[in-house]
Amino acid sequence: MTNINKVLLLGSGALKIGEAGEFDYSGSQALKALKEEGIKTVLINPNIATVQTSEGIADQIYFLPVTPYFVERIIEKEKPEGILLAFGGQTALNCGIKLHESGVLKKYDVKVMGTPVEAIIETEDRELFSKKLHSINIDTPRSIACESVPAALSAAQEIGFPVIIRAAFTLGGQGSGFCSNEKELRKLTDKAFSYSSQILVEESLKGWKEVEYEVVRDQYDNCITVCNMENFDPLGIHTGESIVVAPSQTLTNSEYHNLRKLSIQIIKSVGIVGECNVQYALDPKSEDYRVIEVNARLSRSSALASKATGYPLAFVAAKLGLGYGLHELKNSVTRTTTAFFEPALDYMVCKIPRWDLNKFLGVSKEIGSSMKSVGEVMAIGRNFEEAIQKGLRMTGLGVHGFVGNRDLAFEDIETELSNPTDMRIFAIEQAFNQGWDVESIFEKTKIDRWFLEKLKNINEHVKVLQSFNELKELPDQVLLAAKKLGFSDFQIARLIYKEKAVGTTDKEITDVRNHRKSKGIIPWVKQIDTLAAEHPASTNYLYLTYHGSEHDIVFEKDGKSVIVLGSGAYRIGSSVEFDWSAVNALQTVNKAGYRSVMINYNPETVSTDYDICDRLYFDELSFERTLDIAELEQPFGVIVSTGGQIPNNLAMRLHRREVPILGTPPRFIDQAENRHKFSEMLDRIGVDQPEWKELSSTSDIFEFTEKVGFPVLVRPSYVLSGAAMNIVSNKDELEHFLTLATQVSKQYPVVVSRFLIDAKEIEMDAVADDGEIIVYAISEHIEFAGVHSGDATIMFPPQKVYVETIRRIKKISRRIAKELRISGPFNIQFLARDNDIKVIECNLRASRSLPFVSKVLKTNFIDYATRIMLGEKVEKPNKSLFDIDYIGVKAPQFSFSRLSKADPVLGVDMASTGEVGCLGDDYYEAILKSMLSVGYRIPDKNILISSGPARSKAELLNSAQMLVDNGYQIYATKGTRHFLANNGIKSKLLYWPDEMKEPNTYSFIKEKKIDLVINIPKDNTKAELDNDYTVRRAAVDFNVPLITNARLASAFIYAFTRIKIEDLSIKSWAEY
Amino acid sequence: MTQINYRAASLILEDGSEFTGHSFGYEGSAAGEIVFNTAMTGYPESLTDPSYRGQILVLTYPSIGNYGVPGKTIQDGMLEFFESEHIHISGLIISDYSSKFNHWNAAMSLGDWLKEEKIPGLFGIDTRMLTKIIREKGSMLARIIIDEDIPFYDPNKDNLVDQVSIKERIVYGNGKYRILLIDCGVKSNIIRFLLRYDTTVIRVPWNYDYSQEEYDGLFISNGPGDPTMCKDTIVNLKKSIGEERPIFGICLGHQLTALAAGAKTYKLKFGHRSHNQPVLEVGTNRAYLSSQNHGYAVGSDSIPQGWLPYFTNLNDQSNEGLKHESRPIFTTQFHPEASSGPTDTAFLFGDFIKAIEKWKMGMR
Repeated sequence: MTNINKVLLLGSGALKIGEAGEFDYSGSQALKALKEEGIKTVLINPNIATVQTSEGIADQIYFLPVTPYFVERIIEKEKPEGILLAFGGQTALNCGIKLHESGVLKKYDVKVMGTPVEAIIETEDRELFSKKLHSINIDTPRSIACESVPAALSAAQEIGFPVIIRAAFTLGGQGSGFCSNEKELRKLTDKAFSYSSQILVEESLKGWKEVEYEVVRDQYDNCITVCNMENFDPLGIHTGESIVVAPSQTLTNSEYHNLRKLSIQIIKSVGIVGECNVQYALDPKSEDYRVIEVNARLSRSSALASKATGYPLAFVAAKLGLGYGLHELKNSVTRTTTAFFEPALDYMVCKIPRWDLNKFLGVSKEIGSSMKSVGEVMAIGRNFEEAIQKGLRMTGLGVHGFVGNRDLAFEDIETELSNPTDMRIFAIEQAFNQGWDVESIFEKTKIDRWFLEKLKNINEHVKVLQSFNELKELPDQVLLAAKKLGFSDFQIARLIYKEKAVGTTDKEITDVRNHRKSKGIIPWVKQIDTLAAEHPASTNYLYLTYHGSEHDIVFEKDGKSVIVLGSGAYRIGSSVEFDWSAVNALQTVNKAGYRSVMINYNPETVSTDYDICDRLYFDELSFERTLDIAELEQPFGVIVSTGGQIPNNLAMRLHRREVPILGTPPRFIDQAENRHKFSEMLDRIGVDQPEWKELSSTSDIFEFTEKVGFPVLVRPSYVLSGAAMNIVSNKDELEHFLTLATQVSKQYPVVVSRFLIDAKEIEMDAVADDGEIIVYAISEHIEFAGVHSGDATIMFPPQKVYVETIRRIKKISRRIAKELRISGPFNIQFLARDNDIKVIECNLRASRSLPFVSKVLKTNFIDYATRIMLGEKVEKPNKSLFDIDYIGVKAPQFSFSRLSKADPVLGVDMASTGEVGCLGDDYYEAILKSMLSVGYRIPDKNILISSGPARSKAELLNSAQMLVDNGYQIYATKGTRHFLANNGIKSKLLYWPDEMKEPNTYSFIKEKKIDLVINIPKDNTKAELDNDYTVRRAAVDFNVPLITNARLASAFIYAFTRIKIEDLSIKSWAEY
Repeated sequence: MTQINYRAASLILEDGSEFTGHSFGYEGSAAGEIVFNTAMTGYPESLTDPSYRGQILVLTYPSIGNYGVPGKTIQDGMLEFFESEHIHISGLIISDYSSKFNHWNAAMSLGDWLKEEKIPGLFGIDTRMLTKIIREKGSMLARIIIDEDIPFYDPNKDNLVDQVSIKERIVYGNGKYRILLIDCGVKSNIIRFLLRYDTTVIRVPWNYDYSQEEYDGLFISNGPGDPTMCKDTIVNLKKSIGEERPIFGICLGHQLTALAAGAKTYKLKFGHRSHNQPVLEVGTNRAYLSSQNHGYAVGSDSIPQGWLPYFTNLNDQSNEGLKHESRPIFTTQFHPEASSGPTDTAFLFGDFIKAIEKWKMGMR
């Protein structure tokens, strides 16, 4: 179509709140579209765990920061003729705009494919954009652009409180919020201006419906809206924080098509070639509307729309960027009809965000106009009740649907309803139980009554089910109705058996299942075909529903399919790395000649792209649903080890129901998962581990700590309101923790283990075949133990580990692999002090670091693992970690700036939302690249150090000297300044925030006089709101880079004082 | 909706398939031709579309009744929120029914409306399975049985247009351009669209001899059934298409114009009934999404000399419109007036008015 032969695609970097896996999916689709056209592709994305940065997707991959400097260097080197900016989220878009404005694109004659940059800039500048829309008679909220706090105040007075504040040029509503008075406005605008020089003060449309359209336009001006979506939560809650349904449910034809028409007018007037998203507020009492936002790029919503409809938006957008017309492209589901059409759905989807707010100390649970969720799920059903109950189960928070949950109690329903938190939907259920009617819930929530009536249907059926005490009493009609309302067998068991089913075990679930099947009440497999069955489609995109009477497909039942279980919602501790693993497993299954079957429900993933497997079941990863699918498929086997913890937990349960599990035998998986069994096994085979005990009374805990000494790691098995595991250093802390944060009893015991100070943490990632290790990688954490492995900075190959340590680790791993008869991937975490090695954890599944080590070593561990699980005999590769002459460093990405008030400190509980992995010729190069990739900047001049306890003070001494030697100005708090002075290092004093004296740490950070904050917490306890917290939080809120670990701070300082940014090599993955 | 509070009813197809559902509308049996529509919005509009006369309608979108049914306010002599005065379908088949509706413009539930209009409605049926049967075997006869057993009935053997067309001439508006509208079952939104311009719309029965009428443009409406039934209209049109006066026909109006010009029509296997039919303006790269509701089509290879295809369906390449080589006559198989559906091609009404203006200029 064009004479462009080489195109550069910008990725979105590490996963963060507001920018997650959806861009791996859209980037992968775009690269596939270009490849089909024979165009060479170059990808820049430091996110090493993504599918798009895998072999065979782009021609050249650079694991480098998506920043103007690096992108320019790559353009200079690769000389692409075109660049794609719309597939890497706001990160890529902002970077592209900067390259355009600085003239780099012009200088190297790089053409922006698709939507012109000018059009993008126009949509990003809210005031300009409002003007443009007004010129074509399209309404936007009354809004005044301001560049100062006083201006914002007078604007708010003109519009009238409440108002909404929005910062321009930010991701997912960062720096935005509602203000009902002057005080709130001052506070919020202060913060918003730290993100952007321009903010908008807008009229509040709280309570209006929020509706989005995904709009596509080609160069011939042909336009379609692929999908519309309606938020369950009315305006005021960020769309990323809302439950969303597609298509809209409460809009009449006239409303639907009026907004559609406006969307098309907008996309035409902006001149987008490709895809954009238009968000509307719609008055619930008339057809009045406002355009809230236009995103001139692929977005989270577009990924959702693609999965909701089967229409591959990113793929099509990439083709349109090359000059195709929509009518010239095929519908990739039917393969016979055209891509110029709008999908007709004969089902509905429900997206529910996944939050992990419990992982953070101090964060507000309230949800609002800025995004806090870390992932999402999409449930497909044929009515709202079915979809929402499926979706709530999918979020993986231990809930069983809208009803049938225990341990969810709200003290003040009214507050819960009117001030939404992540748990609001369950407060609605409790309100129904307490006799609230739809109208009063509506008054508090402004959620459309239609949605509330549907929830009430579910709630009322609970009473119907509860009126029976035995399955045999239950009329078939009632049972079928329950299934159509999305009740799981678990919920039904719990409601029928009541107190008799305290734990509701697999036995009771199975009783319901068997009874149900004997009555012919089974789920039906339906296709997603984009045209509501109007045209035949051999689509493999499937879901299950009880609203049916036939399957759309025929099951071969020939034992030649392999089911790969996916990883569910992205959350802290489980994200794109498991998508990479699952996708790679599918690819190997395909190559081996089996039919690959995927089960997953995360719309942000590549594994849920129906192109990737022979059959995609976009459905629950529950015991019930997995069993349903396994019974229909009768597969050769099920792979449970490439999708993280969810499938791993299903292994034993499925095995008991005679579902063939591939790889390590399930009883050994259980042996590794069960703390007691695993520990006993280690003792038996003579492998050392930190002393630990499961204890059920406070006195037992004290007795244990007397014996082993402090510090200890305390892990409650039942987590109350946010308190998870913690390291405690003395008796007082322990007492405090046990009374405040956790509940200890026979029913809720606590695991206490000895915690080693200053121990190195080392990881072994490996693949074994019937107990024999075939491939392995040993990597080393930069931080000492105490930082969760997901938050640690990891180097591979290890750089500072004794050869003897490595030898011992290999030996222990071999012993464990053999004992557990491991076939497939596994990961063991070790503590090492001197050559003293202790095992702290072992997982018989792919780990978070597997894509990283696979890509650094250029050995696909998943491919090996999958071949082994399929029964193939594989040769050991003749390459090991000792053979590579470069280094990979994996660094975590944090999203604290999104999580208002959360303490940005690292501990034993994971807090990072994503990661990057960069390669370098030496350690310092790799670490610098990776830290720049997660948003650190090399400081210009001023560095604030408060160095915490004596250990970290000493750790930082050399690096402080290097800073001074390199002309940096150190600012220090009292103790640190004293320590530095005693060691002959000059620094300037800054007072602690509560000393209320200038020069003060807080004001220096706020005024951006500091380029880097190093704040080491005094101890490992999660401190209360104190000075350290204020300093750390100020750094995050005013966007100043922050490091809270002394070893990492040292490593970073060593790196940037030794290497200049210009010296970093610009090498593609293939060049290593 | 949980089915436990609704009585069971059955749907029997000509091919012997039988479905059990639950009655939420009028409790009486009905027979007709079964067709499906894949639109996701617009049931009040569809149900009152006269083109559905004699048909049992299956809606593939699974949740119906969500926003209730609007009130019967009158505007320009027509019900403001409907396409005609009454429901025209013979029966409604859906998957899930929302008895509790919510919308600022709703006056009653879908179930109550069906009861009021004596139309049966069934929910709890696998509408996707049903759609696939119709897709594979073609549109067929069907009956809804609630209590009384009734035989199959083929509506296409009747003159359905005669049933839905007005009996007496009606005039709307008082504008500059006089449009003669042949009512074969016209959707109100067509009249609304025409009245947006400076027009007087003279709506006449399908077989009305309009040779004595004074008008500037001729419009032939949509309508139900087999176009060859409308012999009188075709005879009248044969004369009109020889004149220089602008003509615009939609749906059945398109087919009748084509028949008058000498083209042939045929019955599609299962018709086009949706909001997402893609059409391409022939000879250009301009594509539009269109709303459609038709069971018959104009044979592309039967288009006579002097006539050109105007639009083509991008999915199955069937004819979607005609225009005359030299005279201001154009027709579309799809519905530019939408309601329900996308409004992409509403500009065609403007084109019609422009043609009239031009013609009037030429007269002077």
